[in-house]
Amino acid sequence: MSVPQVELRNMTKRFGANLALNNVSLLIRSGTVHALLGENGAGKSTLVKCLVGFYRPDEGHIQVDGREQRLNSPKDADALGIGMVYQHFTLVPSMTVAQNLVVSGARLPAYIDWQSELRRLTEVTRKLPFHVPLDVRVSQLSAGEKQKAEIVKQLYLGRKLLILDEPTSVLTPAEADEVLGHVRSLTRTGELSAILISHKFHEVRRFADDVTVLRRGASVRTGAVADLTDDALAEAMIGEPVSKMVPHAPRLPPKPNVILSIRNLCANGDNGLPAVKDLSLEVRAGEIVGIAGVSGNGQLELVEAMMGQRDRNGTIAVSGSSFNGTRREIARLGVYGLPQEPLKNACIDRMSLAENLALRNFDRAPLCRGIAMNYGALVEQAERLVAQFRVKAPGLTASMSALSGGNVQRAVLARELTQDVCLLVASNPTFGLDFVACEETYRRILDARNGGAAVLLISEDLDELLGLVDRILVMSAGRIVHEVPAESADKRVIGKYMAGMKAA
Amino acid sequence: MSSISGIEPVPPKPLVTAAQLSVALPVLAVLLASAIFAAFVALYGQNPATVFGLIVQGGFGSSFAWQDTLSRAAPLVLVGLAVAIPAQAGLVIIGGEGALVLGGLAGAVVTLPFAGAHAFPMQCLMLLAGALIGGLWFGLAGVLRQYRGVNETISSLLLSYIGIAVFHHLTEGMLRDPASLDKPSTHPIDPSYMLPTLPGVGVHAGLAVSLLLAIAVHVVLRYTRWGFALRVVGGSARVARMIGLAVNRWIIGASVVAGGMAGIAGAIEVAAVQGTANSSLIVGYGYSGILVAFLARHQPLAIVAVALLIGGMQASASLLQRRLGLPDATMLVFQGLIFVCVLVADAIAQQLRETTRR
Ligand SMILES: Nc1ncnc2c1ncn2[C@@H]1O[C@H](COP(=O)(O)OP(=O)(O)OP(=O)(O)O)[C@@H](O)[C@H]1O
Ligand SMILES: [Mg+2]
Repeated sequence: MSVPQVELRNMTKRFGANLALNNVSLLIRSGTVHALLGENGAGKSTLVKCLVGFYRPDEGHIQVDGREQRLNSPKDADALGIGMVYQHFTLVPSMTVAQNLVVSGARLPAYIDWQSELRRLTEVTRKLPFHVPLDVRVSQLSAGEKQKAEIVKQLYLGRKLLILDEPTSVLTPAEADEVLGHVRSLTRTGELSAILISHKFHEVRRFADDVTVLRRGASVRTGAVADLTDDALAEAMIGEPVSKMVPHAPRLPPKPNVILSIRNLCANGDNGLPAVKDLSLEVRAGEIVGIAGVSGNGQLELVEAMMGQRDRNGTIAVSGSSFNGTRREIARLGVYGLPQEPLKNACIDRMSLAENLALRNFDRAPLCRGIAMNYGALVEQAERLVAQFRVKAPGLTASMSALSGGNVQRAVLARELTQDVCLLVASNPTFGLDFVACEETYRRILDARNGGAAVLLISEDLDELLGLVDRILVMSAGRIVHEVPAESADKRVIGKYMAGMKAA
Repeated sequence: MSSISGIEPVPPKPLVTAAQLSVALPVLAVLLASAIFAAFVALYGQNPATVFGLIVQGGFGSSFAWQDTLSRAAPLVLVGLAVAIPAQAGLVIIGGEGALVLGGLAGAVVTLPFAGAHAFPMQCLMLLAGALIGGLWFGLAGVLRQYRGVNETISSLLLSYIGIAVFHHLTEGMLRDPASLDKPSTHPIDPSYMLPTLPGVGVHAGLAVSLLLAIAVHVVLRYTRWGFALRVVGGSARVARMIGLAVNRWIIGASVVAGGMAGIAGAIEVAAVQGTANSSLIVGYGYSGILVAFLARHQPLAIVAVALLIGGMQASASLLQRRLGLPDATMLVFQGLIFVCVLVADAIAQQLRETTRR
């Protein structure tokens, strides 16, 4: 009942001519958390997907406790006690946590004795530091609870090596700390080893013992976290000394004209209950307004209602004309967005990268004359955007799911920000981006603002908000409960409002 | 930084490309189905080789066989398109039979008030009426899906039964020609309004109509912004809404156009073959169209080729019955086998794609 020591040796994986992994070796010591760092597209996900049998490496060995293992399918990984928690949730939303756990078992009996299963489940989960309600439907859990439930599921399945691929990008910082803290304590007590993929240095520092940095598919640095400074890690990631961050362009005072004006907006959530309640706000030209709030307080519904993806009551006006999200209005008023989870919310997986880059302007010259598409121009545009935004992709005809998470994000950024933007609505635009790409995204958002665009930035990361915005609104239970200019914002006060309390 | 940016070199060609796979799989499926079918006829005490020989002969062996095949292929192309167009938008609509018979009925009655008019406008009118009613019928399935959340596959199938029942009700009641005794029919259309025969081919002009429509659909889906928008809608309604496409309109529009195709098929059958609307319209073209579209992977031009194949098989059924005494349904069995094999091949292809990715 010991925790295995897992070693990857000389792993190489090609996708066509694209060398995703180049002779990578990795040792996960028993009972430790091993962090993987690297730029977007460095090969982190590919490496761990080899370890769970999802990809088959072209070369290399996997040794568990010194014994050579071949992993041909996720079943083999399962048998070795290796499991992965993905960035997106995999539980069935309409079933309770308990039901999800029981049916996730590999050998499901034909007849399920729910009573005894439940008893066993309570037994197993009682010993865990995680507290997840077992008899609640998954759809009713918050993001943090869902992520915990995913981990509980892995533990329930008897996994000894837990792989976490950017597990915290959908969590608030507090939730992330809690989840990772539990994982850390389970490794300390010798019940688990873990691989943690993250873009956040402070998480690596707090929750990992060892760290390996990948760059362009190769392992370039490995060692104990304590021996490496943040600067050393960053330098290893990008392969050159980190230049001191260029200071952001100076804040210009916003212009007087109101671009976005929302009056008495009401919208229902997927469950039919009111999610946005009588909400009003304004954003002026050249201004970034941030919306802070714990996820699930109506931000998603607010964005969808604004973009015409959700039924609503109330008025939304952009530059004085009413906006319902039709194609003509979008082009005329210049309303664009950076939705969260861009692979799902902003891309069409079964269309190519080039086509995805054309979603905004495929029906306008030069991509289209009359009704005839000009695919030559479409490819040309894609080449230009890919170069300009440094999107790393296997090819223009690749499907979006062949791109790494961060590169999907860049592709969407390229598509949205090269339009004539008058109003930009961004939801957690830096989830899953490496620090270079984060800076670049911030810079581009600021450029848009300085170019006179109005920006509404929804984020769960208070630091990110405070660093960028001119004004902060706090959203709680579907309403704006607090408003403050960025200069005089107090994190503690905002935190209280976020938690739904009135500040004293 | 810039060295890692941009496009990676083009990867070397994999063993089979996706395009090759999409041709190879249906072909393999047909071959497999043929093997099973051979075993089936052998059970009946027939020599499979003879049977396949007769199928080829009955479908493609003589100019008469070709004429029969081509005139069957004409409606099959259209009902195939009726499945393929909604498939672009992510819909599985299988109610072609109902749209076809109602379209035929509309075509049969729409010219009755106009005696002695010029033929060409009347012929256009028949096809238009068929398209309109067929479009309405599929449009209903689209509306139910978008506004009531009813699964379009099931609703279109049920609507198909309703359509057939309405057809019987009207041809046996209100619209029945009293002179049609043993087979309730509508009043026959003016013989001068019948679609002409294509010179040199010996097949009615409906074949040309369906070929032109197939080419038109191909061009629209492949080379216009409408085709692009439809694929976006089919790929993700959520993203389509984000970029401002009116998803409901696109889905219902695609359904209406598709239903129009099936309706035209019915009108052609009436205006070129039957001369009236009667139960001879209900011979399962609508269902064969599902097979045609799936076998052709919803590609309009491939639909033409597959329609020829299936049309030929159906044309040979009577020869098999006459020469070998095989039951009428033999060809239906063959068609069914092909369909099952296509679905299985699709599932295998899915797995193959996943393993080659590894
Ligand atoms: N199925 C695939 N087909 C082709 N190329 C792929 C596929 N999956 C990944 N790649 C390529 O392999 C490289 C590594 O991708 P990977 O997903 O491992 O990156 P990552 O380090 O996880 O990045 P991120 O931080 O953005 O998630 C990328 O260049 C990507 O385009
Ligand atoms: Mg990744």
